Amino acid sequence: MTAETATEKPTTHSVRAQRKAKARISEGKRQERKLGWLLCAPAAFVMIAVTAYPILYSVWLSFQRFDLKFPDQREFIGLGNYATVLTNEYWWTAFGITTLITVVTVAVELVLGMALAWIMFRTLVGRGLVRTAALIPYGIVTVVAAFSWKFAWTPDTGYLGNLFGEGAPLTERASSLAIIMLAEIWKTTPFMALLLMAGLALVPEDLLKAASMDGATGWQRFTKVMLPVMKPAILVALLFRTLDAFRVFDNIYVLTGGANNTSSVSMLAYNNLIRGLNLGIGSTMSVLIFIAVAIIAFIFVKLFGTAAPGSDEGGRR
Amino acid sequence: MTGAKWRWGFLDLVVIVFALIPVLWIASLSFKTPATITDGDFIPREWTLENYRNIFNTDQFVRALVNSIGIGLISTLVAVVLGTMAAYAIARLDFPGKKLLIGISLLIAMFPQVSLVSPLFEIERSIGLFDTWPGLILPYITFGLPLAIYTLSAFFRQIPWDLEKAAKMDGATQGEAFRRVIAPLAAPGVFTTAILVFIFCWNDFLFAISLTSTERSRTVPAALSFFQGASQFEDPTGAISAAAVIITIPIILFVLFFQRRIVSGLTSGAVKG
Repeated sequence: MTAETATEKPTTHSVRAQRKAKARISEGKRQERKLGWLLCAPAAFVMIAVTAYPILYSVWLSFQRFDLKFPDQREFIGLGNYATVLTNEYWWTAFGITTLITVVTVAVELVLGMALAWIMFRTLVGRGLVRTAALIPYGIVTVVAAFSWKFAWTPDTGYLGNLFGEGAPLTERASSLAIIMLAEIWKTTPFMALLLMAGLALVPEDLLKAASMDGATGWQRFTKVMLPVMKPAILVALLFRTLDAFRVFDNIYVLTGGANNTSSVSMLAYNNLIRGLNLGIGSTMSVLIFIAVAIIAFIFVKLFGTAAPGSDEGGRR
Repeated sequence: MTGAKWRWGFLDLVVIVFALIPVLWIASLSFKTPATITDGDFIPREWTLENYRNIFNTDQFVRALVNSIGIGLISTLVAVVLGTMAAYAIARLDFPGKKLLIGISLLIAMFPQVSLVSPLFEIERSIGLFDTWPGLILPYITFGLPLAIYTLSAFFRQIPWDLEKAAKMDGATQGEAFRRVIAPLAAPGVFTTAILVFIFCWNDFLFAISLTSTERSRTVPAALSFFQGASQFEDPTGAISAAAVIITIPIILFVLFFQRRIVSGLTSGAVKG
C-alpha cells in the first residue's frame, strides 16, 4: 500500500517538488517523517486492531458450523453457511427491505435536505434558531426518537395513533415500513442538509448574479450553476447517507422488532447472533453485509473520480 | 422586503416544528399521570413528576446513566487525544503513509458496524471483556477516531501556524509558543470534536445491546429497550419517556450553546476531508 501511494504522488503533487525531495532527504525531513509516524501510530493501531482483526476472524467463523447452543458440533464446513444464507428467503426479504429503505429514505432526504440546506443558508430571519432546531434530530439518541414515534403511532396513546381510523399501524407491514422510513428521514435529513450546506457555501455569488442578469430562471440557476459546483458535496452526502441507511437497525429494533417481515439485514444478523446464538450464520451475514457495503462504496468512489474525500487535501494548496 | 421576511419566517417555522415535535411529544408523555398517559392528547391534562421520581429510584436507570456518562467520557477523551496527534501530523507534517491513514479512517467511517458485532462478541467473551466498560469503550474509540481525525485535521489546517514562528522570533520558547499561541487557537476545534465524538458514543445502540448482558455496563439506550414498569402489569411508557428526556438534555444543551461550532465542525470535516 505504501508503494502504491508513493507512485501516485507525482500525479498529484508537482514533479519538481518530488525531484527536489529526492535530491536531498535532509535530517530534518527524516525527523519530520519519524514524528509523523509516531503521532499517527496509536490511532492507526487502534483502528486496525478493532476492525481488521475481527473482520478476518468473522470470515474464519463464517466457514464453520458454530452454534453456541450446541458447541460440541463445531466443525469446518467451507461455504456451507453461505449456501444456507443465500438460499434463505428471510435473508432475501431482509435484503429487499434494507434496499427499499435505503433507496427511498436517501432519495427523500436528498430533496428535503436540499430544501433545508437552502433555508439554513439563506434565511433572512432567525438563521441561528433554524440551525439550532435542525441540529436536534441530528444529535438526539436514535432510540429516543424511535420511542417517540412508536408511542405517537400507538392507538389511543399517541396523537397519530388513530389518524387512519381503526387498527394499529405498527402491526401491519406496509404502514410499519412507512413509519420506519419516516423515523429515519426525520433523524437524518439535518445531517444531509449540513453536508449540502457546505456545498452551497462554495457556490460563487457572482456566478449566480451573472446567470440571473443573463436571464436565467431560478430553476436554471439551480440546475446549471449551483448543482455542478455542489456535485462533490452532493456525492459525499449521498455516499455517507447511503452507507448509513444500509446499516439501519435502531429504528427497526424499537419500532417493530422486525415483526411482520420488517427486518433489515442488520436486524437479521443481530437476531441470529445474539438471540439465536448462532455464530456461524451470524458471521456469514456479517461478512455478506460487509461485502454489500464495500460494493456500494466502490460504486460511489468510481462515480466520485477525483472528488473522493481524501484523494487530495484541497486545504493544503 | 418585509414580504420576503415573512416568507422566510414561515419556512423557518415549518423547520422548527418538524424538528421539535417528536421531542416535545416524548417530553409531554413523561409528564403525564398513569391515568392520562393513554389519552392521546399532545399536551398533558394532569402534570406529574412521578415518572422521573420512579426511574431515579430504580438501580436499572441510575446504573445505566452512570455507565453512559462514564463510557462516553472515557471514549471521547481517548479518541480526541489520539485523533489530535494524528490530525496534527496530517495537517502539518509531510510523511509517507499519510494518505493510507486518511484512507483507513474513511473506510472505518463507512464500515457496517453490525459486521463487527459477531466477531467482537466472540472475541470479547473469550478474553473477558464482554459486558465490561472497556468492551464498549474499544469499539467507540475506533469509530470515534475517523470522526475526530477528519474534523480536527480540517480545523488544524485553518490555524495560522506562522504565528508560532513569529512568537519564537520574539523570544518565546517552543513550549511557550505552543501554550500561548497555538493551544488557544486549537482549543475550539478540539472541543467541538469532543462534542461530536461524545454524541456518537452517547447515541450508540447496536454495540450497547450486543456487547453487554447486565446492568454492569449497559448504557441508557440499551437499558431503555429492557424497561418494564414497576410491576409486571404496569405500562412502561411513562418510565421510558422520562428516561428518554433525561438523556436528551445533554444533547439539547450542546446544540443550544455550541450550534455554530457543531455546524462548522460537521461541514468542514465533510467537504475538505
